[in-house]
Amino acid sequence: MSSPDIERQWTTRLRHRVTGHLPPEKVLPDTQPAYVASWIYVFGVTTMVALSMVILTGFVLAIRGPLWWHTSGVGHYVNSLHLWSVEVFFFAMVIHLWGKFFMAAWRGRRALTWVTGVVTFLTSIAAAFTGYVSQTNFDSQWISTQAKDGINATGAGSIFNVLNLGQMLMWHIVLLPLVAVILTAVHVVLVRVRGVVPPFEDAPPEKP
Amino acid sequence: MKRFRPDVDAPEYHGPYAPYDIIKEGTIAFLVVAILVVALATLFGSPDEQAVTIRTWSNADPIDFATTALGELNGTTITAHYGAPYNHGSLGQELGPLHLANLVGVTIPVNPIQDFIIAPLSSVPNDHPLRVALAQWHAAPRAERATWVARYTRAAAHMTWSNGHIVVPATRTGPLGVMINSLTQMARSGALDQALVTGHGFYTTDYTKPLLFVADGTYFANLAKHQHLLGAQWGMMNETDSYPGQAWLWLYTFWYQVPPFSSSPNADVQVWAIMMLASLLLLLVPFIPGLRSIPRKVRVYRVIWREHYRSL
Repeated sequence: MSSPDIERQWTTRLRHRVTGHLPPEKVLPDTQPAYVASWIYVFGVTTMVALSMVILTGFVLAIRGPLWWHTSGVGHYVNSLHLWSVEVFFFAMVIHLWGKFFMAAWRGRRALTWVTGVVTFLTSIAAAFTGYVSQTNFDSQWISTQAKDGINATGAGSIFNVLNLGQMLMWHIVLLPLVAVILTAVHVVLVRVRGVVPPFEDAPPEKP
Repeated sequence: MKRFRPDVDAPEYHGPYAPYDIIKEGTIAFLVVAILVVALATLFGSPDEQAVTIRTWSNADPIDFATTALGELNGTTITAHYGAPYNHGSLGQELGPLHLANLVGVTIPVNPIQDFIIAPLSSVPNDHPLRVALAQWHAAPRAERATWVARYTRAAAHMTWSNGHIVVPATRTGPLGVMINSLTQMARSGALDQALVTGHGFYTTDYTKPLLFVADGTYFANLAKHQHLLGAQWGMMNETDSYPGQAWLWLYTFWYQVPPFSSSPNADVQVWAIMMLASLLLLLVPFIPGLRSIPRKVRVYRVIWREHYRSL
């Protein structure tokens, strides 16, 4: 096969496109702009590792099924790890979000990075909510019977029945985590492709 | 040349670069978060208040159970007049001229009288008085049933629990006395829990009916009140005990605490509309003039990038 034929292949084109936008030094950078020097930058990576903790502890809870943690001390402890991972995850994500807002981090063709971040945030809220209504205890009973009114009032209750444990559990452990993880991956790739947003240049230097 | 828009465009950076070990940063972050999570889980654990069953409810408060069952018959419970997606009990909440749930229609049919009362009682074997009572109920015209229910309801304020039976000082109530008592006995044995969840066959994961029934009673709400979980107590964002719960839902729950939503019959759909709009605004901040200028104008970025500005 001649070289032009190879260059026209979909696979070759995709490889060129990916490596063009995301060369190895962007995927795994060893330097970064000097302005990336604030505690606020910590919360992006904190959000990601907290998400990984949420998923890891969720995997362990899934092994013995949704009722295991009620009858096992180990199960209850893993549930506690899962709960606190979620709390840390949201704490870090909210600070990350506000930090990026005050940096106007959408500037410089980074709007899609912002949009994927916000959609990930909203998806995570739904993922956490379906977890709360899948606990198979008093909390899940109360939260689901209260939440049904809001969701039903929008018409969405006809396909999203918060009183259906099987449906909520499937959304919690399959659909929403999958979407959240894919969106997180896209978000991180966009950050690596576009880089961290530079400071505003219209600000005059501070006087000593 | 295209005009530079400070809230849309970013300046080209030509300044210095610093060493950055992304793998080391990720590893340290993972370890710190893992230690934090383990510490929090070890110190505080997680709540696990046992679920309420119809059996525990009817044993703890048989009068509330029987009153709720009567409410399903006389149409005064939340489920009885809920509307879509469960039934045609009402048009449901309205947003302007729209009844959104009603537009979608009844997709999860729940008929409280049939599903919570008649069908479970019909499944009870070898109970001759109950068979006779159900036959009388089925044979009676709708108006006669309504008359029985009305008479029983008027006397229900004096309902007592005596020698393991619901006692209501009412006469000419047809089969209602037997039906309510049989349902209460069924509930106290645990059989009603099973009868409601096994409505779709051997396997089921759908608890719509028992949850709706339990939520119609006051026993369930009283337990929630003690756990500071009512709507007026910031409702579902809380958890039992003093756990932080879904603190990220604070804005959603906030609207329910303030007028006009705190007293609006359409609060749910109104609050959802507000939150959908707020989410949309957050999503589209980069494209909304004025909103996207806020960060530049409030100048919090001067704190975030203070090292950078000092070095200029």
